[in-house]
Amino acid sequence: MNASIKAPKPIVRVPRDDLSPVRVEVASLSKSFGPQTVLADISLSVAPGEIFTIMGPSGSGKSVLLRHIAGLETPTRGTVTINGQDPQLPATRDRFALALVFQAGALFNSLTVYENLALYPLERRIHSKADIHQRVMRALHILSIEGAAHKLPAELSGGMKKRVAIARALVMEPQLILFDEPTSELDPIMSATIAEIIATLKEQIAITTIVVSHDRDLALTISDRVAILHQGRLRAVEKPAALRQSPDPVIQDFLNPKIDIRHPRFKQLEASHE
Amino acid sequence: MNRLTETLEGLGSAVILAVRAFASLPKAPRILKRTAEHGYYGGYTTLPIVAILSFFIGSVLALQAGITMKHFGAKQLIGILVGASMARELGPVMVAILLAGRVGSAVTAELASMKVYQEIDALVTMNIPPERLLVLPRLLAVLLLMPVLTIIANLIGWFGGAIVCAHVDFIGVDPTAYFQSIQRYLAVQDILDGLIKAEVFGFVVMLIACTTGLRTRGGPREIGFAVTKSVVVSLISILVLDYFITKALA
Ligand SMILES: Nc1ncnc2c1ncn2[C@@H]1O[C@H](COP(=O)(O)OP(=O)(O)OP(=O)(O)O)[C@@H](O)[C@H]1O
Ligand SMILES: [Mg+2]
Repeated sequence: MNASIKAPKPIVRVPRDDLSPVRVEVASLSKSFGPQTVLADISLSVAPGEIFTIMGPSGSGKSVLLRHIAGLETPTRGTVTINGQDPQLPATRDRFALALVFQAGALFNSLTVYENLALYPLERRIHSKADIHQRVMRALHILSIEGAAHKLPAELSGGMKKRVAIARALVMEPQLILFDEPTSELDPIMSATIAEIIATLKEQIAITTIVVSHDRDLALTISDRVAILHQGRLRAVEKPAALRQSPDPVIQDFLNPKIDIRHPRFKQLEASHE
Repeated sequence: MNRLTETLEGLGSAVILAVRAFASLPKAPRILKRTAEHGYYGGYTTLPIVAILSFFIGSVLALQAGITMKHFGAKQLIGILVGASMARELGPVMVAILLAGRVGSAVTAELASMKVYQEIDALVTMNIPPERLLVLPRLLAVLLLMPVLTIIANLIGWFGGAIVCAHVDFIGVDPTAYFQSIQRYLAVQDILDGLIKAEVFGFVVMLIACTTGLRTRGGPREIGFAVTKSVVVSLISILVLDYFITKALA
């Protein structure tokens, strides 16, 4: 059934007139939830066609930052723009297709996997039905989940859900794609496949990509630049090679954590708590 | 004070939701199919219980009327009493209450869960407005469904009354006389007034269900709270609106 789908064809082809990838600007962005400041004065600029990775400890605000870029949150201060336009406006979304792969998948639980993927093109009337079918099956094939096409999300494993979420984003043929920990629930081979997909997207259609990830290999291999977010602030924005050489102990510890059973970290934390 | 602002906010978002939903009508793909699906589902889940309840409401109305009328010897008026009460008041109110309990609660639970599990966020990033995909077909479906359910409720209620009239000894009005009384005294306008009420109630119940669902914030526990709130607010709205619509139509 899938012989015809195996593709040297591009994974994603943007059918819009405006094919160019987009530029993302974040300017002095701050976000507080009540008294808690989650993001403090973040400024960064992601160039068209760049793969930009955001790393940082759990709870440092990576997902919140990504939600701002996707236009799902209103900044407390500062601005986010996509090619100069506010991502919260529907008009902006009409111009640029933007896909966010949610950390928890956010699949439509009452739709099958197939319907999850087909919803966007059907709803936006981009292609013919047969065309949509082909695209959906190709995306499922690339992520090795064709077998699950007619299952409901509740019947999938965590990693399968994540792959469906990625496939759903690919079918959207976006100009800007945002991944929130795309490989966190996947085995090493699937993680490598995801990294290859991200790199291929850039090569073939120069899509702008922002990845949040704890996966050091993925971040340092495929990224053009890596940002380290620490306690809501940008600690560094560097090319991977430069980041490896960084003298900053926080970054070194984050990139190469050593398991030290003689002086475990949690003992230090315990001591400081007393 | 907090309660008041929250209520006003809720009212405001309901209005905005309805406006956005109908504004998206020209651009809504597959709207007929979706409306039909929701209408079918709503009818399918509420019809059996509508039938049972309206039968007994009609019966009780006839029984009460019979008890009162036997002192006045005006038994021939039982038909119109049952007929008008069902058509103008109890039919639409009962159907709306059942809609709130069966369909409204389910809609709130579904939308609240979509909100809590970020499915609504996913729709927003896809630039598929939830108002268009989720709210509009449900509002349209309820507008189609309410008159049908209300007419069925009226007919079954009248029928229930007829059976009581014929078979309860101290009433003893035969069905022909009963239905003649309905035919002679019940105006088409009475039935239409009832259908207008039903449309307003149904629309309001569905709008409350959708608004409450989409306004849910927080974790899974909030889904349960949202459902309770949706049903309670719907019931209050039905009875309050009933007074004002009755007054306006009088
Ligand atoms: N809607 C919200 N309301 C209140 N606080 C929030 C909300 N969303 C996130 N936060 C807080 O913001 C902080 C950062 O959360 P975020 O999800 O961005 O972390 P993260 O860097 O993505 O972590 P992880 O790697 O574990 O996914 C956390 O302390 C979290 O409690
Ligand atoms: Mg996160």
